[in-house]
Amino acid sequence: MKYLDEYRDGAKAAILVKEIETLIAGMGITADRPLHIMEVCGGHTHSIFRYGLEGMLPKQIELVHGPGCPVCVLPMGRIDDCVSIAEHPEVIFTTFGDAMRVPGSRKSLLQARADGADVRMVYSPMDALALAHANPDREVVFFGLGFETTMPSTALTILQAEADGVGNFSVFCNHITIVPTIKAILDSPDLQLDGFLGPGHVSMVIGAAPYEFIANYYGKPMVVAGFEPLDILQSIWMVVRQIKEGRAEVENQYARIVPYEGSKPALEAVSRVYELREYFEWRGLGSIDHSGVKLRDSYARFDAERKFAVPNIKIADPKACQCGEVLKGVIKPWQCKVFGTACTPETPLGALMVSSEGACAAYIQYGGGRPRVAAA
Amino acid sequence: MNALGAIATAAPIRPRGRIHVRAVTLAHGGGGKAMRDLIDDVFVSAFENPFLAPLDDQARFDLAGLAAHGDRLAFTTDAFVVDPLFFPGGDIGKLAVCGSVNDLAVGGARPLYLSCAAIIEEGVTLELLRRVAGSMAATAREAGVDIVTGDTKVVHRGACDKLFLTTTGIGVIPHGRNLGAHLAQPGDVVLVNGLLGDHGAAILCARGDMALESPVESDCAPLNGMIESLLAVAPGLRFMRDATRGGVATVLNEIAEASGVSIEIEEGRTPIRGEVKAFCEILGLDPLYLANEGKIVVVAPPDQAELALEALRAHRLGGNAAIIGRIVAGEAGRVTMRTVFGGWRIVDMLVGEQLPRIC
Repeated sequence: MKYLDEYRDGAKAAILVKEIETLIAGMGITADRPLHIMEVCGGHTHSIFRYGLEGMLPKQIELVHGPGCPVCVLPMGRIDDCVSIAEHPEVIFTTFGDAMRVPGSRKSLLQARADGADVRMVYSPMDALALAHANPDREVVFFGLGFETTMPSTALTILQAEADGVGNFSVFCNHITIVPTIKAILDSPDLQLDGFLGPGHVSMVIGAAPYEFIANYYGKPMVVAGFEPLDILQSIWMVVRQIKEGRAEVENQYARIVPYEGSKPALEAVSRVYELREYFEWRGLGSIDHSGVKLRDSYARFDAERKFAVPNIKIADPKACQCGEVLKGVIKPWQCKVFGTACTPETPLGALMVSSEGACAAYIQYGGGRPRVAAA
Repeated sequence: MNALGAIATAAPIRPRGRIHVRAVTLAHGGGGKAMRDLIDDVFVSAFENPFLAPLDDQARFDLAGLAAHGDRLAFTTDAFVVDPLFFPGGDIGKLAVCGSVNDLAVGGARPLYLSCAAIIEEGVTLELLRRVAGSMAATAREAGVDIVTGDTKVVHRGACDKLFLTTTGIGVIPHGRNLGAHLAQPGDVVLVNGLLGDHGAAILCARGDMALESPVESDCAPLNGMIESLLAVAPGLRFMRDATRGGVATVLNEIAEASGVSIEIEEGRTPIRGEVKAFCEILGLDPLYLANEGKIVVVAPPDQAELALEALRAHRLGGNAAIIGRIVAGEAGRVTMRTVFGGWRIVDMLVGEQLPRIC
C-alpha cells in the first residue's frame, strides 16, 4: 500500500538496527541494566508486537510499555456506569469496539448486550449522532473515551448535535489527557526510565510543545514518534542518540503529521466543549489530578453524566494486579504474579490485559507470554 | 436422475403446491397444507431432484451405490446465521451449500448429498426465500451435489433473525485417502489457495456498522472440484481445512497443536488483497483472523508441495495460491510469523471476537 509499505521496509530496518547497535556499542551499557525507553502510546505497543520489533533491538535496549491505551486504563467503576446507562430501556448505547470487552465489577458491555441492553459498536461519534437522528424516540449515548486523539471528534460531534438541534444525543465523557499522566509516572519514586517515545496521534492534536517539561524539568529525552515500524525504530535511534550525546530534548520524528504547535481547529473545539476535571481515576495508576475532562456547563444537555443518575462508585483494582508497576517499568508483564494465570485475555484482571493494545495482552497474543520471541 | 441410481425414483409424481401470499406467516409452519405449499413452492421446485420430490421424511440411498465411490462415509453439519442475508459475492443460501460441501471436501470426501433445515421468522417474504433457495440450488449444481431432504420451521417475529439455515452433508472418501490435522511433520509445506480475508471484510462492510464502503466481495465458493484436482496430482497431502471463522491463524494453530509441531509463516508471502489490508489497517483488525469461505490451508509433504501449488494455481479458485510457510520441529502448538519488517511474532488463537481498536 502506498504511504504504508515504504515505512515497513525490512532492508531499511536492518540498516537502522545496525545504526542503533553502533550508537549503543560505545556507551558502556550492559544487558543487566539496559536503557529503559517507554513508548507512551498503546498504538506503539501494538506496532512493536505486530512487527516483532523487540526481538530486533540490541539487548541493551528494553522497551517499557506505557499507559497510553485508553481502553486499558478505564477503571471498573466507569464501566459499571456505562452498563447502568446502557440498561435504560430507551437508551441506544454506542461505543468503540474494543471497549466492549472491558470488565466492569458486574459485567462488560458485551455481557450487558447479551442480557438485553441495546449496545452498538460505532466507528466514529458521528455514526452515533446519525443513530440519534434515525431514532428520535430513543436516547443515543456515545461512550466518549480516549486521549486527545479522539477528544476533538467527540467535541465536534457535540457541536454538530447543537447545530442540528438534536435533543436525544448525549456523551458519557471519559476522555483523558496524557501530560498529567506522564508527569505522574515521572514523579513516581521507583521510576526507571531513560527516555520516551511520545504519542504520535495525541501530538497531532496537542503538538510537541506540551512535552518540553519532560526534557527541561525531568531531564529525559522525548521523541514524538509515528506508528509504522520504521518510525518507531528511527525514534528509538533518536532517543539513544540524545542519551549518548548527553542531551534531553523534545524531538519530532513524526513531523509529517505532527506540527510543533498542534492543530488549532481541534484544540479550539476541545476547549470550547470540555473543561478539566479535578482528578480522574485510572485503572492501575490510581487517581491523577487534572487527567480527565468533562463537558462544560453550557453543553450540559449533551452530558450523559447529568442526564442519567450514574452510580459513580469507585471500585478498587484487584489487589493481585501489578499493572502500576508494569506501567512504570518497574517489572515486565511476565513478572507480574497473576500474568497468564489468574489474569488472561479471556478473564482480564488488570488494565493491561484488557485491550490488544495493553502490554500484557500484547505479550500473550504476539509474544506467547514470553519475554522475547526467539528468532528462528 | 442421480448417478447413484436413486431408490426414490419409483415414487409417483405429485402435484406441486404454490403460495400466493407475499410473506410467510406462522400458518406456514403449522404442518398443514400451507406448510406443504411453502416447501413445494420454495424448496422442492428449486432443488428439483427425485430424492426430495416425494416429500418423505427421509432420503434413502442404495449402499452399494455409495460404496462405489470409496470405503468411508464423511458426515458433517453446519448452521448459518449470517447477517446480512445477501452480501457482495454471495448470500446465506450459497454459503450454506458451500459450507457443508467444503467441510466434506477438505476431509478428502466427494460430497454427494445435503440436507437443508430452514428456520424462518414470520414476515419474511416469499421473494426472499425463493432467491435464497434459487441460490442454494445453483450452488449445489455447481458443486455436483443434491439437496435431498429438509425441514422448515416458522417462528414468531424476533425469535430468529429473518432466516437461519442448517445444512448437513454426506460424502464418500475414496480408498487410500488419509488426511488429518495430526499428520503434519517437520519439513512439510503450508499452502493457501488464494487471497485471504475477503469474506470477513465483505461481511463487515455489508453490515454497514462501520460506515465503510469496500469493493471486496466474499470468496464464497464450493471447493470440491479444486480439491479433487489437487488430490489427483498430490495424493500424499497431510491435511486440509477451510479457513472459515477464525481465519487462517486459527487453522494453523489447530494444526500445530494436533500434530505437536511448530509452524512458521512469512508475512511477505501471505496473499492478501490491498483493499483488505487497508480495511484492516483502518479498523485495527488482523486479516489472518478474518473469515474466508473459499480458502483452504493445505499441508503438503515437501516433495509434493510444488505439484500442489501448480494444481491449485491451475484451477480458477486457486489462481493466487501461495506457499506461506512450513512445519518445523519445536514447541508443540506454536505458530510464528516472520513479519515483512524482519521481526518475528506469535500468531496465537484469537480469544473472542476481533473488535476494532479505538485509535
